[in-house]
Amino acid sequence: MAIEIKVPQFPESVEEGSIATWHKQVGEAVTRDELVVDIETDKTVLEVVATEDGVLTDILKQAGDTVSSQELIGRIEPGAIASGTTKSDEPKPADGAAAQGDAAFAANPAAKKLAEEHNVDLLKVQGTGKDGRILKEDVQHVLNVPKGLEPAPAAAKTATPALTGERVEKRIPMTRLRVTIAKRLLDAQHNAAMLTTFNEVNMGPLMDLRKQYKELFEKTHNGTRLGFMGFFVKAAAEALKRFPAVNASIDGNDIVYHGFFDIGVAVSTERGLVVPVLRDCDRMSIAEVEGGIRNYAVAAKDGKLAIEDMTGGTFTITNGGVFGSLLSTPILNPPQTAILGMHKIQERPMAVSGQVVIQPMMYLALSYDHRMIDGKDAVQFLVAIKDMLEDPARMLLDL
Amino acid sequence: MSQKYDVAVIGAGPGGYVAAIRAAQLGFKTVCIEKWIGKDGKPSLGGTCLNVGCIPSKALLESSYKYEEAAHDLELHGVSVGKPKLDVAVMLKRKDTIVGNLTGGIGGLFKTNGVTHLAGTGKLLPNKQVEFMGHDGKSEALHAKHVIIATGSVPVNIKPAPLIDDLVVDSTGALEFRSVPKKLGVIGGGVIGLELGSVWNRLGSDVTIFEALDDFLALADQQIAKESRKIFAKQGLNILTSTLVKGTEVKGKKVEVTFESKDGTQTQTFDKLIVAVGRKPFTDGLLADGCGVTQDERGFIEVNEVCETAVPGVYAIGDVVRGAMLAHKGSEEGVMVAERIAGKRAQVNYDTVPSVIYTHPEVAWVGQTEEQLKREGVNYNVGVFPFAASGRAMATNETAGMVKMIADKNTDRILGVHIVGPTAGDMVAQAVIAMEFGSSAEDIAMTMFAHPTVSEALHEAALAVHGHAIHIANKRKSA
Repeated sequence: MAIEIKVPQFPESVEEGSIATWHKQVGEAVTRDELVVDIETDKTVLEVVATEDGVLTDILKQAGDTVSSQELIGRIEPGAIASGTTKSDEPKPADGAAAQGDAAFAANPAAKKLAEEHNVDLLKVQGTGKDGRILKEDVQHVLNVPKGLEPAPAAAKTATPALTGERVEKRIPMTRLRVTIAKRLLDAQHNAAMLTTFNEVNMGPLMDLRKQYKELFEKTHNGTRLGFMGFFVKAAAEALKRFPAVNASIDGNDIVYHGFFDIGVAVSTERGLVVPVLRDCDRMSIAEVEGGIRNYAVAAKDGKLAIEDMTGGTFTITNGGVFGSLLSTPILNPPQTAILGMHKIQERPMAVSGQVVIQPMMYLALSYDHRMIDGKDAVQFLVAIKDMLEDPARMLLDL
Repeated sequence: MSQKYDVAVIGAGPGGYVAAIRAAQLGFKTVCIEKWIGKDGKPSLGGTCLNVGCIPSKALLESSYKYEEAAHDLELHGVSVGKPKLDVAVMLKRKDTIVGNLTGGIGGLFKTNGVTHLAGTGKLLPNKQVEFMGHDGKSEALHAKHVIIATGSVPVNIKPAPLIDDLVVDSTGALEFRSVPKKLGVIGGGVIGLELGSVWNRLGSDVTIFEALDDFLALADQQIAKESRKIFAKQGLNILTSTLVKGTEVKGKKVEVTFESKDGTQTQTFDKLIVAVGRKPFTDGLLADGCGVTQDERGFIEVNEVCETAVPGVYAIGDVVRGAMLAHKGSEEGVMVAERIAGKRAQVNYDTVPSVIYTHPEVAWVGQTEEQLKREGVNYNVGVFPFAASGRAMATNETAGMVKMIADKNTDRILGVHIVGPTAGDMVAQAVIAMEFGSSAEDIAMTMFAHPTVSEALHEAALAVHGHAIHIANKRKSA
């Protein structure tokens, strides 16, 4: 008889979810405890594993379909033989998340008892035992009662404090945004030959320029402030023109060179980092860049950024300097092949023509995918940006 | 000509033969080399465990216990058989039959699983090559993708007591006494010394055990060790701790032992002397120069936590590597290695290796002792239940001993279970399973045990951890 694949019991606060990915196609063999389908909810991604060896015979809900708790979404014919021979030799060991589906059955007796006594939903308890089994101590962990065996509150209060002390922990599920960020960052690290080259730029000339024209600029451009970001974006766009590889992306075994310069600017929001994209930066004026960034920042704060605003960039600039970072190695934003990191401006003694001069310096970092970009290009790209920023006239003169 | 195999196992003891069978089950072309020649002059599988260790000693322990029961205990039950007669020759023959059946059985298992058995010695050469030398002196090169070394261990000899045929013997010789020695000396109060001492003690020997360490069963939980010592003393085993054997001298057909303790230097004369001071890894003629496998200063082959040696594709398991010298530990390592060769992620949980001493009553434990936990500064609760309070133990006249469970004070997770009592060796398996699944003492307390069984003592000990034992007065009152 076919085994039904059902959506796991959602936690109380979750009403519905959607099918994220079917990891198996109809007709494909599955082994017990093998991941079959991911179901995404607002809070997290639930993994549903096969409960028996067999073949996936039915998919009733496709990726993207909305599903509710316990809804039937597919069937497995146990013991059947797959049409192909894709049976993997090594069944994936069930991890904590995989065991969630039948958490109530994978909990030790004392764990169940303690959970019931304290109204703890076993689905929300991360099991640390064999195959994700929930142990008594896992429930204790949730209850945050590290001392004493018995849930006898009176006794616990009079008891001397445990030697370990109260070490509070709070466990909350990652937001979908955070999950996405985590996944993309990890993918970037795993899938690229990433390295970082550094340089430093004397911000003196730009600061002077800014001081000189700040008020006039603001007046002329309807209140748009003259910041540094406009210069960086323009310098980057100019450098990207000279080094097309840095503006390209990798798609499988193909290199895709882009004839446009869409630069993402990382904006920090309360919910995490978002990267809205400024389109055709090469054709924008500095005032348009500054205005665009300001509009995006406002939209991001209100959570009104559209997906389209954040997709399709060819290069990214991130500014850790606003938080005080002196030096960092940014992570690529795939499928882009490079990212520029700006940092804090700090006065440092520099050797200029044999003299020690105090200059406002900023470190620049360029992380790049070495599969695509040669070290020479990356270094020269960064030097080009440095040269333009230290002598802004070069931007006008195409030098 | 070089024979090609996927897996070559050197040694067919409980580590090697299990590894070979598992490897063959997983579809590898497997060869197992074993040099053992049985008493009948034919090649014999099973290594120390089956030929001269676990199995024959258990056969003699059971036989000798039957004799003792008949001589002393049956009358208690109202069964009179008069003075039982002892035929040591029959006893030894029965033992040999069992050994023959089991070692032959492994040969059968090799056949059904398709493991090639080569009788002779194996030597690991550079580049993972294995040289096989048959008992006929012919050698042959084997090429195997994976080599598993499972050559086991041999008894340690000590200078003050060199072996003398049929007079001063090791654990192997102690299985072959053709008559019951009147006075028997045993050097070493460990598992082997206690088991062999018990056999001959039951059959009528006056047994003295010399233990150099201050603590009896130093590795066991000391509450259990002390209780065990009391029980063994009652049975007539004369156990001397902190006593060092300084020398032995043959006096006619007897041997005089000189030993030193806090009472000064003394001598005693014995009809037989057993040397059971421990075992050492056996690697004689195994490792050719440049084979790449390394050994530590005590001769153990160096391996990582999944039994890989310094040479990729060469593994070592069982007594020849670190860890307890126990058959079941070697077997589990053998399974792990075979499965890892097949790309599976098997592991051995070294925290749950059970230890058993097959005296009567048995002594068995798993996990940490109270002494260890104290040393590590872990806070714990202890639950003890004596068999004297067990109905079943009383009915079977097996009331000596106790079950002791130790659980983490904060998490209640079981950290150790220590038993001296009837069928302790089997009962400890329940504790091993519980610990393997991360159980708390309360988990066991909430589990139903059949009544009346001796295992109920484990249940009660778990209850006692929280002061909830039903059938004894609890020391601590608790909700």
